[in-house]
Amino acid sequence: MAGNTLYGAGTGASRQHYLYRKGIEWLAWIGMLFCTGVTVFILLMILGYVLYQGASYINWEFLTALPLPAGETGGGIANALVGSAMVVVVATLMAVPIGVGAAIFVNEFPSAQLGRFVRFLAEVLTGVPSIVVGLFAYALVVRPLGSFSGLSGSVAYAFIMIPIILITAHEAFRLVPVSLREASLALGIPKWRTILWVVLPVSSRALLTGVVLAIARALGEAAPMLFTAFGNPFWNLNLKKPIATVPLLIYTYATGPYEDWHRKAWAASFVLLMVVLVTSVLTRVFLRGKSNE
Amino acid sequence: MSKEGYAVEGRQRDIDFHLPGNQPEMTPDETRLRVEELRAYYGKSLAVNNVTLSIKTKKVTAIIGPSGCGKSTFIRCLNRMHEVTPGARVEGKVLLDGGDLYGSGIDPVEVRRRVGMVFQKPNPFPTMSIYDNVAAGFKLNGSRDRRIIEDKVEKSLKMAALWEEVRSDLHKPGTSLSGGQQQRLCIARALAVDPEVLLMDEPCSALDPIATAKIEELIHELKDSVTIVIVTHNMQQAARVSDYTAFFYLGELVEFGATGDIFTTPEKRQTEDYITGRFG
Repeated sequence: MAGNTLYGAGTGASRQHYLYRKGIEWLAWIGMLFCTGVTVFILLMILGYVLYQGASYINWEFLTALPLPAGETGGGIANALVGSAMVVVVATLMAVPIGVGAAIFVNEFPSAQLGRFVRFLAEVLTGVPSIVVGLFAYALVVRPLGSFSGLSGSVAYAFIMIPIILITAHEAFRLVPVSLREASLALGIPKWRTILWVVLPVSSRALLTGVVLAIARALGEAAPMLFTAFGNPFWNLNLKKPIATVPLLIYTYATGPYEDWHRKAWAASFVLLMVVLVTSVLTRVFLRGKSNE
Repeated sequence: MSKEGYAVEGRQRDIDFHLPGNQPEMTPDETRLRVEELRAYYGKSLAVNNVTLSIKTKKVTAIIGPSGCGKSTFIRCLNRMHEVTPGARVEGKVLLDGGDLYGSGIDPVEVRRRVGMVFQKPNPFPTMSIYDNVAAGFKLNGSRDRRIIEDKVEKSLKMAALWEEVRSDLHKPGTSLSGGQQQRLCIARALAVDPEVLLMDEPCSALDPIATAKIEELIHELKDSVTIVIVTHNMQQAARVSDYTAFFYLGELVEFGATGDIFTTPEKRQTEDYITGRFG
């Protein structure tokens, strides 16, 4: 008897209850499928639409030429591509040591309350609107130096990246088995060397993922650049001067009055999206290759 | 398991002791580690209560007892690994050749170089090769000379009876070895630091019987050069490998003595009940 009800072949109340439960399960399954569908649809829509709008405008000149004065067709965004790369690289150089260092502190030296507090602050910091971060970098760097600059843009990006790196690094360190730390400590290896030789290498893959995540996030932010890097229609490789960046260029072009600018904004969006996608995919492929060693 | 079985083991061990060359120029029962009134806590709970015993030089001392009796905690106190656990602390003295490991100004890092440890589960460093695993602790003790390090790695792997199996694969990852090989790799890694005492915390509990037999054989060979303390929940193993046995129950040392005596004529009722399988 019990076996029968288990398989839903019973009669009366038990059979009814079985069908009811089956129905609920089916509804839940449909609901989850719908939610997944919406998520994938949005991503594909963005990709597809940007591709559709921007791809036709992309050519060698667009990637390698300087912007032309408004109204003239042609020209490119080479200065913004290089500018974005420079600003982000410098931001990464600032954010990685600080973020990883703070994560080591939070994880390895848990005067438990202080560690938890720092972690909490990092989580709050990820939620600070990026325009506010930009304003802060303006007050901190632009005002004292007296000029907009790529460097101030890097500082703003670093503020965005630090908490992301801190949180992902902390999670990575937490996953390092206690047994490995103990193995090292039991050999008479001091704590700082244990962190350097055992904890960091073991979590290096997760650390790298976190850094790429932070870079991808920073690459696309326009708001922090408004009051810092400021933008520049000319070539500039000097981080002490205003410099063009891709997201800011997209913002400027998209809100401008010319149809040609709008096209270029789409094209630049496409390039930005591709850079972020390719970076993430390459990182994954690289990490997978490493794990098969 | 019958008591007679252990009696035989005990007698064999007695004969072993008197084999010429087994303990050169060493009085058999010199004390290396003296534990005095040791108490170990996790937060407020007391895990080891008031243990006093002496661990003899170049002998194997087994710590037996049921799960949760504090035996692992006890040996972690002998190289100051207990305090690595957050909230854990230790009271009492552990004298290594007369010097208190818990004395003021003693660096736990230095203690752990003199008192090595092998853990329950093999834990080679996953990002390092076999060679680097063995060299990891040794490199820190100063020498950067590649030939000295190479010699040391070879010597340690030979001592751990692993050299023949890995000599052509030294640059493969340590985690590519089988469980038993990994555990011998961990023993080689600990030996490379030249510890005076080697602590083994249930070193065979994650291994199959063949790998276990190899480790036990190894313990027999190692005691010529190093003092060994081994925690085991396997009484046959304690009887096979050890010269002295300490029986722990509920955080206290119930009985300590020569292994032959503990297993044939225990003084305490609890010890007898445990080794005859009446509880635990």
